[in-house]
Amino acid sequence: MAQACVMIFFGAAVLRASVTDLYLRYVKEGLRPFLIAASLLLIVAAVMTLWYELRPHTDALEDGSNPNDHAGENGRNSAEQSTSVSTADELHDEHSHHELRVAWLLLLPALGLLLVTPPALGSYAAGQAGTALTAEQDYDYDYPPLPAGDPATTTVFDYASRALFDKGQSIGNRRVQLTGFITPGPDGQPILARMILSCCAADGRPVKLGMAGNAPTDLADDTWVQVTGRYTDRVTRDSINDEEIPYIDVESWRQVTAPKDPYE
Amino acid sequence: MAASEPTTSSSTSTAADAPRDADATPPALDAAQHDRDHRPLFAFAGRVGSVEIFAAVLLLLIFLRDPLARLLSAPSLATWTTVFVSVMVQAVPFLVFGVLLSAVIAVFVPRSFWARALPKHPALAVPVASAAGVVLPGCECGAVPIAGSLIRRGVTPAAALAFLLAAPAINPIVLVATAVAFPDNPEMVLARAVASLVVAMVMGWLWLRLGRADWIRLPRRPDLDGLRRGEAFWSAARHDVVHAGGFLVIGAMAAATINVVVPEQWLQTLADQPVLSVLALAGLAVLLSICSEADAFVAASLSQFSLTARLAFLVVGPMVDLKLISMQAGIFGRRFAARFAPATFTVAVAVAVITGMVLL
Repeated sequence: MAQACVMIFFGAAVLRASVTDLYLRYVKEGLRPFLIAASLLLIVAAVMTLWYELRPHTDALEDGSNPNDHAGENGRNSAEQSTSVSTADELHDEHSHHELRVAWLLLLPALGLLLVTPPALGSYAAGQAGTALTAEQDYDYDYPPLPAGDPATTTVFDYASRALFDKGQSIGNRRVQLTGFITPGPDGQPILARMILSCCAADGRPVKLGMAGNAPTDLADDTWVQVTGRYTDRVTRDSINDEEIPYIDVESWRQVTAPKDPYE
Repeated sequence: MAASEPTTSSSTSTAADAPRDADATPPALDAAQHDRDHRPLFAFAGRVGSVEIFAAVLLLLIFLRDPLARLLSAPSLATWTTVFVSVMVQAVPFLVFGVLLSAVIAVFVPRSFWARALPKHPALAVPVASAAGVVLPGCECGAVPIAGSLIRRGVTPAAALAFLLAAPAINPIVLVATAVAFPDNPEMVLARAVASLVVAMVMGWLWLRLGRADWIRLPRRPDLDGLRRGEAFWSAARHDVVHAGGFLVIGAMAAATINVVVPEQWLQTLADQPVLSVLALAGLAVLLSICSEADAFVAASLSQFSLTARLAFLVVGPMVDLKLISMQAGIFGRRFAARFAPATFTVAVAVAVITGMVLL
């Protein structure tokens, strides 16, 4: 019984996270349909087993086992017990204690999703890992022109790749606009970062970007900013994995609210 | 629970050694044994009332919500919770998919099918089962309940274990992800596929020579044979979700802890030493427990390490990691996991190094 309740609870927590934008803090957008289907299936499985457990087993009385075997030991469930015997009875006591302790653990992620709703990875995680753009990813690749518009809106990842591996050629003298959060850089100065995910937050890695020129100062870590600027060939090195961190020459910046999908 | 284990293991080993029809077991005997084994626990559970506990825990937590949120707002704890929750959320579709497939195997696929589908000789069944892993497009969380279900249905454990190891590593999604993550080193894809397949087969054959069926103790699942198909299907599914899912929670918590407490900088110092770097990344793969569909991207970002060390990361990760060890202990029993995980780790590291020397 409790096992089914835990399953429904867990399924409902995942379902709630995937119909709102909450799931984007933890996984990729593409997983959404599978999350919805899987959480509905969890709920259906729990409801089906509950239904089989709770409905009267009229046919089961005929196969010879004694319905009173458990009744004395299990007074509180006796109403349910007296109608379910034999295989169904076995099912019941199996569910009511044998795996109970493991079943409770599923409450933790459900409570995490419903009550705590942990934030997306931010400055702390970015400080733990080296920048995701490594010299090895420098493959000869003709970068397409930046999107139209002035400034051209692009991602931290895109700008950083063009700056490092294309030496800014495909950026030229264009103005670009990027959104990321503030995190301390290798020298303690604030830099711009954005996490990229391949699958879930456990594999989240930061793309780091130094800010020169009119860079924001005195902002708390994890503050989201939108910066507009131009390419500069200045680079620094990440002290964690010794890879290059490119810079952007900031012309202007403004504080923004966190985007719906915090990852790139 | 301890009292029930001998019963369970003995019945498992018979089932594993010689495929037989479960209908041959008199249900009355099973029921009587079960009843005797579980009497004391059952009485205990009866007094406590699990649904009441469930309600009480929920109420308590709703009242404690604000203090809890404050406690978890420290950056390290918040990151821990984020990683823990995201590992669970990410695993849910794969877990549900794997569990439903294993319930289909348990209920709808007749035992005789496996006898026909796999070569009669176990030593030949191992490579066939490993290669069959290609068709399961998922990560490792789904493979554990499927392998458990295969063993229950009379598939020789060596073949089921080879499938368990091969499926998460060599399926098309994982190989494509590897190709995308290593654009300059397409040989990495080949090396990963070959090394993983070899490890799966070596472990299957090793099990045939050294493995003992009584190491595997599948948890007692409600006897499905007396039930109607619909009921049997859903109760098998629920059993596996709770079991595999519960142990996945333990593994996810461990992985989140490692993710938060081990800064990447520690690895930097190991990268230049050829032997240590292989062991360091193999160990990191165990600790991080990243989904096999994503591990290639993480491996690519560990650029200070040699390709061979990163190959070890990719070969070990889908076969041995904290969440898998936890799930294997739950599904196959602790005695099994305590032997299988270190053996797989050793074989995987050795095969990765040899493959790395030849191909990379």
